[in-house]
Amino acid sequence: MKLTGARIFLECLKREGVDVLFGLPGGAVLPIYDALYDFAGLRHILVRQEAAAGHAAEGYARTTGKVGVALVTSGPAATNLVTALQDAYMDSMPIVAFTGQVPTHLIGNDAFQEADNVGITRPCTKHNFLVKDGTDLGPTIKEAFYLAATGRPGPVHVDLPKDVLVKEWSFEYPDKVHLRSYNPTYDGHPGQIKKAARAILKAKRPVLYVGGGVISSDASEEVRRLAETTQTPVTTTLMGLGAFPSDHPLSLEMLGMHGTYYANMAVHHSDCLIAVGARFDDRVTGKVEMFAPSAEIIHIDIDPSSISKNIQVHIPIVGDCRRVLARLIKEVEAETQQGVPSLAREARKQWHEQIARWKAEFPLRYDWDDEVIKPEYVIQEISNLTRGEALIVTGVGQHQMWAAQYYRFKHPRAWCTSGGLGTMGYGLPTAMGVQAAHPDKLVVNIDGDGSFQMNSQELATVYENRLPVKTVIINNGCHGMVRQWQEIIYKERYCSIDLSAGPDFVKLAEAYGCVGIRATKPSEVVPALEKAFSTPGPVVVDMVVDREENVFPMVPAGGANKDMILERPGKEAKAKAARSQTGF
Amino acid sequence: MLNNEPQKHTIAVLVENRFGVLSRVAGLFSARGYNIESLSVGETLDPTVSRMTLVVRGDAFVIEQVIKQLHKLIDVIKVTDLTEENHVEREMILVKVNAEPTSRAEILRIADIFRAKVVDVTPATYTLEATGDESKVTAIVELLRPFGIQELVRTGKVAIARGAKARLRRAGETLGKVRGPVPESKEAVRDIGFED
Repeated sequence: MKLTGARIFLECLKREGVDVLFGLPGGAVLPIYDALYDFAGLRHILVRQEAAAGHAAEGYARTTGKVGVALVTSGPAATNLVTALQDAYMDSMPIVAFTGQVPTHLIGNDAFQEADNVGITRPCTKHNFLVKDGTDLGPTIKEAFYLAATGRPGPVHVDLPKDVLVKEWSFEYPDKVHLRSYNPTYDGHPGQIKKAARAILKAKRPVLYVGGGVISSDASEEVRRLAETTQTPVTTTLMGLGAFPSDHPLSLEMLGMHGTYYANMAVHHSDCLIAVGARFDDRVTGKVEMFAPSAEIIHIDIDPSSISKNIQVHIPIVGDCRRVLARLIKEVEAETQQGVPSLAREARKQWHEQIARWKAEFPLRYDWDDEVIKPEYVIQEISNLTRGEALIVTGVGQHQMWAAQYYRFKHPRAWCTSGGLGTMGYGLPTAMGVQAAHPDKLVVNIDGDGSFQMNSQELATVYENRLPVKTVIINNGCHGMVRQWQEIIYKERYCSIDLSAGPDFVKLAEAYGCVGIRATKPSEVVPALEKAFSTPGPVVVDMVVDREENVFPMVPAGGANKDMILERPGKEAKAKAARSQTGF
Repeated sequence: MLNNEPQKHTIAVLVENRFGVLSRVAGLFSARGYNIESLSVGETLDPTVSRMTLVVRGDAFVIEQVIKQLHKLIDVIKVTDLTEENHVEREMILVKVNAEPTSRAEILRIADIFRAKVVDVTPATYTLEATGDESKVTAIVELLRPFGIQELVRTGKVAIARGAKARLRRAGETLGKVRGPVPESKEAVRDIGFED
């Protein structure tokens, strides 16, 4: 069978089960858009800027577990997409991004809209390809989807020169991929797993530290079983939120820079830390020498290079989180049948009492105000009104941390946030991808006024494509997280943070055909949210909140987690924070 | 436990002989801030596979990461740290050295001692080709320096394990373990090489 390269491309997507494609046409990919004109069974969502296509693919991938797909043209489109690729790379999101390229005979000639696409995306993708021969299209696309979804998931980029798309080629789609150089380890080493089981059982103060890998491998059920069987408290990273219910008695919620007091204290004092699908990011560990200093560390991860990268671990287990945990639970059960050491059981009781004391001592808290909306309150009400059943997306900044702290998570794959890269503007386009995958679910984009403005053009996309995303802007009129650092660490020398010039978000929403709602008093919060959630189309809620509210607890960068700042500090604490600043 | 003194490691990497693979490896080193001292690449017996020899300096921690990160690249088939085993390293240099009438004989004597070859002659210069391990190559360069070296080019190191068997094991086999002492080779008897 002979088909044009463009048609082959679409046939490949169909065979991979792709139903939605996020893209933006241009010169080099016009052959694909021409073929798309009368190609059935593939929904194309036209974004307004290429990075949005990448983020939308991420949102689609995270909430469905399938591979998200973006398609953009050459040159500037490809460079715009780079942010989304790096974002997906750092957060292990399985996406395949296709870019157009100038015809093969022009590559290297500085042709119009030419860029060295594969050269640019090489360090920010799991792998990339330049297809120079149309007969390679099928096998390459097959490999791209396979690489994106297997092992540690990640973005894969395929560059498609225009002449390859125009010419006709024989087409055969391979059933299987064989890569001699790529064989991820899925089953953990049995001896190591046994060792881990024994370490967990004999531990007096164990803590499970659970990351995004647990979500990627759909292992939250296994985490819960392990936690309950061994009575081990669970803390999650920012990416791991939803892997363990926030309201579970064993939940310590999030750890790290803006984690809860009790999560950080528990990790600091633990004697056995079980890291699952987490990578000891600097925002989690704080000062590494002071991170879990007395713990025996077990690390379960599919990526061998994550192990002992930042922190030397004692019992490394390379493998898929779900498979390793399932086996670990069996080992634990086998060991307990031979009788748990009663000493550990007694010690565990004391451990839980200690954690309960920490929880009572410093719960997450903020000061209520009758006149000014506290951002934490907005998140609490979103959590109450949706009963934790919504799909939540955030931008990056203070609002993201409040969402992580105050939303009560119930389910995995219901939370999308830019964790590793911290990409402002991630919210709306990602929410768009989530909504496209789940047309009937409530998708709430909790955004900041700064973050939202980095991709607000996508309001046009959500309106046009009837994607009823509810955006709640935590509007404090400034780059709040920067303001917070300048207040606490840079002696209140506020510089280039003010966003009070606007725009009027209600009018902005209306200009795009969406519904705009504003709330300025605490009493207006619930009605505004209720109205937003019951309005059928896309809505933007402008929540005008306290400009000076800070995210606490806070560990100054480079500081030790146990030295959290728990409330707005006095002079002395600020001086201490300034000293602890190590430059990042 | 791990030795934390920075050391030079010679790492052999088998890669798919594909467009862009050199840039992937080189990019990895610059992106992660590892220091590469030398890198040489060439085809193997199988034309679809290339072999790279990398010389990297780092403590055990860094070297472990280098090996893992290399292995993570999709086009990398095998990674071996040859430093852990008995191996031979060689580098070739071409040196264009000033050869005044008064020093020509001396230069030839040095060449002879180091089994270097004269590959080009002009009335004012000799170009020598020399092969050897690092210390030998450094020694000849130092001895020639006083005569005035016009130009010098080095291939970078290539290395191969001693013994009858191919020793390129997968890096994955050492992953998940803290690397212990080098196991005694069963073929120790055959590991008699000539140090020239």
